[in-house]
Amino acid sequence: MATARRAALATMRSLITPEGVDLQIKLADAGTRAAAFLLDVVFIATAAIAVTIIAIFGVTGFGTDKLQPLFIVWIIAIFFLRNVYFIAFEAGRRASTPGKRIIGIRVASRNGAGLSVDQVIARNLMREIEVFLPLSIIAGRSEMGVADTLTTVFGLVWALLFALFPLFNRDRLRIGDLLAGTWVVEAPKRTLMEDLSARKDPVARTFQFSHAQLDAYGIAELHKLEEVLRRDDYFALRAVAETIGRKIGSTPQAHDARPFLTAYYGDLRAHLERKLLLGKRKEDKHQR
Amino acid sequence: MTVPVPGDARRGDAVRQSLASFRREREADWQAFEALLARVEKRAPRTLSEEELLSLPLLYRSALSSLSVARATSLDSALIAYLESLSLRGYFYLYGARRGLSQRVGDFFLHDWPGAMRDLWRETLVSVALMFIGVGAGAWLVASDKGWFDAIIPSGLAAGRGPDASAEMLRSMLYDGDNGFLSGFAAYLFTHNVQVAILAFALGFAFAVPTVLLMLFNGCMLGAMFQVYWAKGLGMELGGWLAIHGTTELFAIALAGAAGIRIGTRIAFPGELTRMTAAAHAGRIAATAIVGVSVMLLFAGLLEGIGRQTITSDVTRYAVGGGMLALWIGYFYLFQVVRNGDR
Repeated sequence: MATARRAALATMRSLITPEGVDLQIKLADAGTRAAAFLLDVVFIATAAIAVTIIAIFGVTGFGTDKLQPLFIVWIIAIFFLRNVYFIAFEAGRRASTPGKRIIGIRVASRNGAGLSVDQVIARNLMREIEVFLPLSIIAGRSEMGVADTLTTVFGLVWALLFALFPLFNRDRLRIGDLLAGTWVVEAPKRTLMEDLSARKDPVARTFQFSHAQLDAYGIAELHKLEEVLRRDDYFALRAVAETIGRKIGSTPQAHDARPFLTAYYGDLRAHLERKLLLGKRKEDKHQR
Repeated sequence: MTVPVPGDARRGDAVRQSLASFRREREADWQAFEALLARVEKRAPRTLSEEELLSLPLLYRSALSSLSVARATSLDSALIAYLESLSLRGYFYLYGARRGLSQRVGDFFLHDWPGAMRDLWRETLVSVALMFIGVGAGAWLVASDKGWFDAIIPSGLAAGRGPDASAEMLRSMLYDGDNGFLSGFAAYLFTHNVQVAILAFALGFAFAVPTVLLMLFNGCMLGAMFQVYWAKGLGMELGGWLAIHGTTELFAIALAGAAGIRIGTRIAFPGELTRMTAAAHAGRIAATAIVGVSVMLLFAGLLEGIGRQTITSDVTRYAVGGGMLALWIGYFYLFQVVRNGDR
């Protein structure tokens, strides 16, 4: 648990607003970003294939005299998909491509100021050497029939070097991020969830806990309990209720797991919040 | 099992009630802020009424203060996570300082682009010098041994031109436009050249070494081609053929090289800044330069695809090419708009 918390802290960065509040942004990890990028690649490829199919239908439909305008439209469309897709979306209000939006991450300026267009352009043009160059080296070589092992290995090493670059620095920066002064942060949309301690449960009211029983746990356990209650999985609730019941010397009925935990959560939270107000933050059950 | 003490529960209840009322009273503000944010993130802020627009910063501060209170007093982690994400969204929106698109485009052409070019003047000189060295080297190599021509210029690009081609054939290639596919060719040239420019920019990351080589090699190809024509007494004619678009295109490629060199040298020699900050500074200026270079290459593509094939007089070709060059230099280095207020 301690290592998990340390890992979570390693990707937290403080972002202090001009109002003086630390918003605590969380950097997106490499896997999340790879997933977002793959989604975008799928979108781009789909669009490129659609444009090409439309162009081919156009040629067969209009005849070859319309070949030239169609060719122009096609080549410009492909150019835009390759170079402008990322830039246009990231320069927009939400600073994220459709792929990033689905995953719930966005681009932000490292110095906390607003993200400017030249930063977006710089970070995305570097993709040229991160993705397209090694690909085109390998593709070009194999087309000419000279794709020997050496060039393929070189291309792969190059591609890996850049693809894995975010893993080798603390801030998970891509080369483009490094050059543009940006990073990618998590920006999930959350909805306001119900207050568990305000839950009205007729059975829960029958449970009463003593001071000693409420002292058994701390904030870390309270948060775990909140997670379990929100997930509302019957078997998880029962297992947790049994564990807590054993620890505090109370044995709820098996079918009463949920009201029991709701009652204990409410009382434990009120107990710990009262301590918090009095200046004592009990981090976990080991703290006295 | 210890006997429950009623007093404990009651003491907790007071805290519980005050926190519940905190949430009850602030909740409407949070929801209003969330709804407003969702709207302005999708559409332009113009769609908001004046009242709503003015309420945005107030609601943002209210969310921030709620976050501070919740962090200090509440242990409801879902509530804190919600307020954190809401405040972050609000922060990004309100401090994002977005200007309208037309304003940004105007700023780019009036300030940012010429400014970046002026900032890169030293690198531009180096880049142009490298190209000239390349031209000299290419011409000298082909003059000393014809075999070099095939080594320098790929056969697809040479298209039959070479040291052994006849003067007649070389001449015909300069003046006969194949009118079938002009604008399509222009579009192709544009996208191809932009890709080369982006490459020159991006490769600068490797301490500018590949960018320098790219500039030298570009010059080399030019020099080799020039030598072939010069040997047949067609130097002036080739000059005109190249000049009409070449002044714009080669200048643009040189500027892309300059952007790459800037990045590479700043990463190698960051000066007083940290390496990361220096790289970020250089990257932003270079990115502006590359967008400008793309605009130049669009002009070059049009001139090459359409102008060169329809204008066949040497004098006009030189005039157009020289005029374009004068235009670019005047725009970059002489044209300065005084910036009023902050951007």
